[in-house]
Amino acid sequence: MLTKIVRTVANQLIVFILIFGLYVIAHGHLTPGGGFQGGAVIVSGVVMMLVAFSSQELKKSLRERVLSIMESTGALILIGLSLAGIGTVFAYNFLVGTPIFGRIPDFGPGPGDFWTGGVVPLMNLAVGLKVVAGLSAVVLALALFASGEEVEE
Amino acid sequence: MMEHIPLNFPFLAAALLVGISFYIIIFKRNLIKLIMGIAMMASGVNLFLVALGYRAGGGAPIYTDAPEGPMVLPVPQALTLTSIVINVAVLALMLTIVIRIYRHTGSLDSEKSRKMKG
Amino acid sequence: MKRQVTGLVLLLVLVAFLVWGVLPPTMRDFGYPPSDMDDYIIENAQEETANNNVVASVVFDYRLVDTLGEATILFTAVMGVLLLLRASKRKEESS
Repeated sequence: MLTKIVRTVANQLIVFILIFGLYVIAHGHLTPGGGFQGGAVIVSGVVMMLVAFSSQELKKSLRERVLSIMESTGALILIGLSLAGIGTVFAYNFLVGTPIFGRIPDFGPGPGDFWTGGVVPLMNLAVGLKVVAGLSAVVLALALFASGEEVEE
Repeated sequence: MMEHIPLNFPFLAAALLVGISFYIIIFKRNLIKLIMGIAMMASGVNLFLVALGYRAGGGAPIYTDAPEGPMVLPVPQALTLTSIVINVAVLALMLTIVIRIYRHTGSLDSEKSRKMKG
Repeated sequence: MKRQVTGLVLLLVLVAFLVWGVLPPTMRDFGYPPSDMDDYIIENAQEETANNNVVASVVFDYRLVDTLGEATILFTAVMGVLLLLRASKRKEESS
């Protein structure tokens, strides 16, 4: 555990990092970004908390059951969305034209509308969940193995 | 607007990165240095893949507030995204195997853990 | 000694082959790629997929099966790492 100045600054900075990562994930169909990039930003925030506090402290907040459920939910949403349009082909974009996410934009450059994109924003969320849960579990397991010789259960 | 770049300089930089990592993999014996060489080779291949899809004077292939002019090809950027994620996953697995080899054998030399004993 | 000389010759042959394959008469010029498929994708991506970002629509709509395979690789690698960092307790108990 590092000094009191580092712990206080890390407590304040984690809020901004989480909001920026969620912005990059959620606007993946308008600006450069998407699921993988936003997931990497959030994992770098988790690594900063792991350095400021020791890994024994962080093990009480990030339990393994919650991370496992998050990763499995992300994978199930991805497979469910690609099997939902099975009437035509396997991975059909079945939300184009419907008023949920399927407004077709005008041709050429111009400001974007949030409710466009078909099935792409929902898949961005699923991939972001999967990347965050998987990579933070790997980083936490490596830190626990190196510090206390403690097997993770 | 931009004339031909002499000697194809970005392709030459990617080929030299792959060549330096060949030297590391053939001649070094420490396991951590071998892993660094493999990561450098992955960076060289990603650079080559992105440089293949550049159109002269082009901008990003996104229609939101796009400037005038032609657009860069989008398909090599999608392939590079997949390649980066796969490299991260394989690198994590390689580092875990090196940790187990060090606990079992006691040294990081690749010559000592070559002979297969029971 | 013999191993060093063999390694050096192999390295020179490989680097020479790579540099020869990249310089101008063998490889095309830097900024002018052949682009039939990408012209079709840039023209028709906004009405077929209703998306402003062409790269996201290539990754998640035109080539979705590749993204599913990459998600499987990520899942398997995370599972492999968590499995390898676990089995030390039983070995210390039995020895």
